[in-house]
Amino acid sequence: MSLKYFAGLAAGLVLASQVAAQEWDTIRVASEGAYAPWNFTNAQGELDGFEIELMRELCARMDAECELVSQAWDGMIPALLGGRYDAIMAGMSITDERREVIAFSRPYATTPAIFVAPADSALAAAGLPETRVDLAEVSDEEQALIDQLRTLVDGRTVGVQTATIHENFLRESMGDVTIRTYDTQENLDLDLQAGRIDVALADQSGWQPLLEGEAGDDFTRVGPGFSGGVFGEGVGVGLRQEDTALKEKFDGAIQAALEDGTVSELAVKWFGFDTAATP
Amino acid sequence: MDLGFLIEIIPRLAAGVPTTLLLVAQSLALGFALAVVVALVRLQPNPLGAGAAYGFVYVFRATPLLVQIFLIYYGSGQFRPVLEDLGVWVLFRDAWFCAVLALTLNTAAYTSEIIRAGLQSVPLGQIEAGRAVGMSRLQLFRRVTFPLAVRQALPAYGNEVILMVKASSLASTITILEITGIAKTIIAASFRPVEVFVVAGAFYLAINFVATRAVRFAEHRLATASAPTRAPAAPTRQLAATR
Repeated sequence: MSLKYFAGLAAGLVLASQVAAQEWDTIRVASEGAYAPWNFTNAQGELDGFEIELMRELCARMDAECELVSQAWDGMIPALLGGRYDAIMAGMSITDERREVIAFSRPYATTPAIFVAPADSALAAAGLPETRVDLAEVSDEEQALIDQLRTLVDGRTVGVQTATIHENFLRESMGDVTIRTYDTQENLDLDLQAGRIDVALADQSGWQPLLEGEAGDDFTRVGPGFSGGVFGEGVGVGLRQEDTALKEKFDGAIQAALEDGTVSELAVKWFGFDTAATP
Repeated sequence: MDLGFLIEIIPRLAAGVPTTLLLVAQSLALGFALAVVVALVRLQPNPLGAGAAYGFVYVFRATPLLVQIFLIYYGSGQFRPVLEDLGVWVLFRDAWFCAVLALTLNTAAYTSEIIRAGLQSVPLGQIEAGRAVGMSRLQLFRRVTFPLAVRQALPAYGNEVILMVKASSLASTITILEITGIAKTIIAASFRPVEVFVVAGAFYLAINFVATRAVRFAEHRLATASAPTRAPAAPTRQLAATR
């Protein structure tokens, strides 16, 4: 085999990869399928939900063919880096920690994190105000509220989904609690209902299936909704850092979909309230 | 592969080793005891008991352990009022109990088959010899049948021990932080699965190395106990060959 043959082969490969990198006419998008109503697996066994519809909308705007891939949450980022797909749309919040490893598009949605406990618990009885606290700028009043919440959950067993910003918040801000981690929100809901955990922290939208479901009356929100700070700036599309062209395409499509109200429309359809990020 | 990170996570994952060992040890001990009972019930003449024992073995061998763990843990949560009335919810509320229960039932099903095969392999002559010296049924079982059956079953049981060490990793799916559970937590924060699983895998390898050695040692010890019967046979054969 001659050197020329190799050179030609190498040149061909480089050319092929460049073309693929520049065009992005097919994009493989991963979602979890266990985080309703963001994304879930419907009765037909297909991925469905807010992000699945939004993905189709964005892909149409980007003039790209999108292929949907289902991936478990805890391997979501490693598999993106491993090249199994090109983008993540799975209710993934944009955080500094994740930014060290992957890139994000601009946020398309933002919802606060809330604690949920059984309606007949001491936590629910405390009657904390259900305000919204931006952790990027906490007033003295809000700090007092956080301290009050910390005293309430102190010594209790708190559930949270593994590898989420909510888990980070619990570890950093909630003091002496026993943390139990779950692979999916659905399993977290089950254990809260089973009474194995006293209280749990998750995204407000993630709580919807439980709070609006059959057992909804037995559970209630506790205290303020948190955003900003460790909770990041919202939910965006996760991308590899080197795929800058793809990021630009997603940014443009999201911006346009936010401006003409498409995202808000989809949000109201799936969440019952507007979770769209500010354009 | 980041060597610095790899070394950094070794002590963190090592913290899960006692949990894994305890989980496996408890399940194996309880599972073995249950397996002996199941094997004996299966071999006694009453068809009803034998059928029930076979049913137990069939169900737990023919379904995935992951499904068993999920059903016992999350499934029991669905029947909380019933379990509370029975007074056993305190047990099922605890993830550790559910994990040990699932692993125990699973290993008992497999082990009972190993023991059954061992019991059936005991030569009738040995049992008759025991009867001839006037042993009671219990004495016969304790001194002749059971020790011989265990010796016969040991290699297969060693396999089961190794399988259990690996199977214990499934406990991580129900919030137990053993080696795999801790590995998942580290991956969640670092997004570096390769290094983490390399170290976690090495720990399982080390545990199973010790387990294999222990089983081999036990096999060796039990084999020497029977050596006198084999030893005289060898020289005669050798003599026959030289002649």
